[in-house]
Amino acid sequence: MIRYLPLGGFVILLALLYFGLGNDPRNIPSPLVGKPVPVFSLPELYDPAKKVGSETMKGKVWMLSVWASWCVSCRAEHAVVSQFVKDTQLDVMGLNYKDESPDAKAWLSQFGNPYSLVAVDADGLVGIDSGVYGVPESYLVDKKGIIRHKFTGPINQKIVDDTLKPLVQTLRGETAS
Amino acid sequence: MRLLHTFMLLILLALSSAAQAGIEVRDFDNPEQREVYDKLMYELRCLVCQNENLAASNADLAKDLRDEVYEMLTQKKLSEAEIKKFLVDRYGDFVLYKPPVKKSTALLWAGPFILLLLGFVILFFVLRHNRRQPKVKLDNNKHDEIKKLLESEDK
Amino acid sequence: MIPELGHFSLILSLAMACVLGVLPLYGTFRGNANYIALAKPATYGMWFFVSISFACLVYAFVTDDFSVRYVVLTSNSALPLVYKVSAVWGAHEGSLLLWGLILTIWAAAVATFSRSIPSVMLARVLSVMGLIAIGFFLFVLITSNPFERVPMQADGRDLNPLLQDFGLAIHPPMLYTGYVGLSVAFSFAVAAMIGGKLDAAWARWARPWTNVAWVFLTIGIALGSWWAYYELGWGGWWFWDPVENASLMPWLVATALMHSLIVTEKRGMFKAWTVLLAIGAFSLSLLGTFLVRSGVLTSVHAFASDPARGLFILIFLALVIGLSLALFSARATKLSSSAKFEPLSKETGLLANNVILVVMASAVLLGTLFPLITDALADDKISVGPPYFNMIMVPLAVVLVIVMGMGLLLRWKSDHVARLASILWLPLVFAIVAAIVLPLIFAPSFDGLVFMGLLMSSWVAFTALMWIIKQKRSPFKLSGTSWGAMLGHIGLAVTFTGITLVSVYNVEKDIRVEPGDKYTIGEYEFGFDGVREIEGPNYTAFRGTINIKRNGKDFTVLHPEKRTYHVQTMPMTEAGIDAGFFRDLFVALGEPLEDKGAWSLRIQYKPFVRWIWLGAILMGLGGLFAAFDKRYHRLSRRRKIKQEEVV
Repeated sequence: MIRYLPLGGFVILLALLYFGLGNDPRNIPSPLVGKPVPVFSLPELYDPAKKVGSETMKGKVWMLSVWASWCVSCRAEHAVVSQFVKDTQLDVMGLNYKDESPDAKAWLSQFGNPYSLVAVDADGLVGIDSGVYGVPESYLVDKKGIIRHKFTGPINQKIVDDTLKPLVQTLRGETAS
Repeated sequence: MRLLHTFMLLILLALSSAAQAGIEVRDFDNPEQREVYDKLMYELRCLVCQNENLAASNADLAKDLRDEVYEMLTQKKLSEAEIKKFLVDRYGDFVLYKPPVKKSTALLWAGPFILLLLGFVILFFVLRHNRRQPKVKLDNNKHDEIKKLLESEDK
Repeated sequence: MIPELGHFSLILSLAMACVLGVLPLYGTFRGNANYIALAKPATYGMWFFVSISFACLVYAFVTDDFSVRYVVLTSNSALPLVYKVSAVWGAHEGSLLLWGLILTIWAAAVATFSRSIPSVMLARVLSVMGLIAIGFFLFVLITSNPFERVPMQADGRDLNPLLQDFGLAIHPPMLYTGYVGLSVAFSFAVAAMIGGKLDAAWARWARPWTNVAWVFLTIGIALGSWWAYYELGWGGWWFWDPVENASLMPWLVATALMHSLIVTEKRGMFKAWTVLLAIGAFSLSLLGTFLVRSGVLTSVHAFASDPARGLFILIFLALVIGLSLALFSARATKLSSSAKFEPLSKETGLLANNVILVVMASAVLLGTLFPLITDALADDKISVGPPYFNMIMVPLAVVLVIVMGMGLLLRWKSDHVARLASILWLPLVFAIVAAIVLPLIFAPSFDGLVFMGLLMSSWVAFTALMWIIKQKRSPFKLSGTSWGAMLGHIGLAVTFTGITLVSVYNVEKDIRVEPGDKYTIGEYEFGFDGVREIEGPNYTAFRGTINIKRNGKDFTVLHPEKRTYHVQTMPMTEAGIDAGFFRDLFVALGEPLEDKGAWSLRIQYKPFVRWIWLGAILMGLGGLFAAFDKRYHRLSRRRKIKQEEVV
């Protein structure tokens, strides 16, 4: 009986490694899912005197989109995100992460602005508070201000169709209190 | 031209995200505080790197996190546990190089010692099994060989 | 043309490998002497064609052939020649071809230096190596072809600046030689299981090959550690990174294998253990290959990950290890032995040694794979890093060290507590005294960790010395294996000493300096003399000047640099290091600060850090002494004389 032990152990190891092949070790799940959006209040990109933050979108289903003009992947997802916003009429607040405002404005005027509002997180502190570790990142927030889903990396059409659109619909069906 | 070149080099360095040591000059209230800082730098993971701690990484996020930890330690006077909790609340257990001891990591922490115990149990049983064997056992070939040798000597 | 020749040559070596893997093995079942006789020529043929293939790849690099995709990705016309050659194995495809080349070199060596091995056994051993080679060549040709062409490019993307170093020239070849060398022991084990007979003679054949492979692995790992130390700029020498662990695990198991072979040779015992360890050591080598190239774990060492390649290696792993373990299950009864030994005996000591080393390797495996396990079972991501591994491995090392000392001095078959105690008390006393007294010379106060670490090292060293003394012979009349054991154990003691002392007494300071500032650590005064800009062959750099005085007198000048390479513009730190037997001085440039030419600087005083690698060199030397013990060569000479007599 014992003689089959090494072979048995190896088969279990193989199964684990096979699982590992389909798995991305760098994609960290966020502990903030199910928790309220971290409280923040930042200047708006086009009107720095105005403050926008976690409370601004309360009562609506919205998306917090972390982006920067220096981020190449953000450009890759921009078309998909813009289309997604048009299709669903979703309110999106952009979080301009560790960027220069002139560069951010230039980027938006060149590639289009899907965001209802853009908060400027110049030093990245709100990013850290939200568990941001890469750009772009997107958070779907429900009417009560709870983060329901976090997506890291550029959004593609498949993710929009399979995950985001259905989730937005579900969240909109919920009550605000 | 030389000035421009030097300037550009400095800009490149400033924007660097290469994997080299994060050397910052820090002032602390006391040596114990510095020790806690050094310990945290060693135990906290740089999330955007390919497996480096905050002490070794020069990535932007690593620098921000170092500054944040420094501020929490010296300005807000948070303890080591509180700082770790702050980061784990936002980034999950992934940010700790020393995995927390909880149910899901029980196998990890207990595993090696269970293995050691298992090893000694196996050792014990092997020794006992060995003791129970008959004293001297020759296989048949050897037995015949010896018989032949003995018989040839008699001749 | 040359790349196509290289590609074609590789296909030919695959053909040779197929011949080698199938026909001689088949011949041993059918008693077909012609097929059996094919083993050696097929081996040499396989080696010949891979050598040509590899030479073609080197040629492509040296001549800047930017129509070859792999050259474009890893080289550049401005790259110094020595790095152009090293760049051949600087990335995935080329490093695999190097693996293949080294495999064929080992096989050719086995074919050449095995005069005393019966031809049936030798044919089986070579066939198994041929089968392994088939897997590797198929992998290269199908998924990782270094000879792939692209439209001619203007220039290449350059070698990663971190790899533009002497370390790349020696670390991977040494390490791969070790990894691949373990396939020899593996092949011997499989060949023996196929034949259904495993005895002391088999162990005598397998031992020198295993020892030499172990030597290369030891040196390869030490080189990696040393390279990381001086290259990465923060003075660390081991990070328990998955790829580092992937090299340590086979080393631990190979060490157990080396010791288990002693028992199998001397007493015809532990056959099942030895076979399992041989399979285990090579399996861990293959596992390491998988981990580095599949993207399953995050590592600074990882080659560009590709799940398709990962799948291929996984299937290869499944076949090689699965089949050999299945063979083990089938042949297990034939591997039992009838010799007896008392609970207090060298056999027990070596068995305990096997157990501990396997437990240590398993612990490293558990920690390395646990993030994957957590992900699979709990869908959560965790990190397992140096704090965990250090906490786990230190107690295990303590147990190992205790067993090492006792095991070395125990008698075969049966020993008595009284005798053992009489021989152990002296080394123990010496060890305790050394552990207390020696630190006092260097450090002001008692430190528990230092005491424990030095106690462990001294115990190992003094038991090794005691063992040599007890041989009651002139050192020059001692056998190679005796020297090997002593050097091997003392080498480990030296390494443990270095690890203990540098871990506890390391001094590290991050400071702000302006030109003219001075900083003192112990008897050394570091004077900052500003930073200049310089031009290198393919980089620009900021070069600092640190004048070091020792006890007031001029001692040395260090030049830490911060380089920016022209092509891959990632900045890189080159630390300024003054290497010494008892300590290293380590200076790294930080960042330029505001004005007045101020910079941040990291100064380190690292006592006994070189001992870590010095110990490894001693261990390697020990392994060589053991491998070239005259016993392994006497028999072949005797046979030769016999053959000549007959003629």
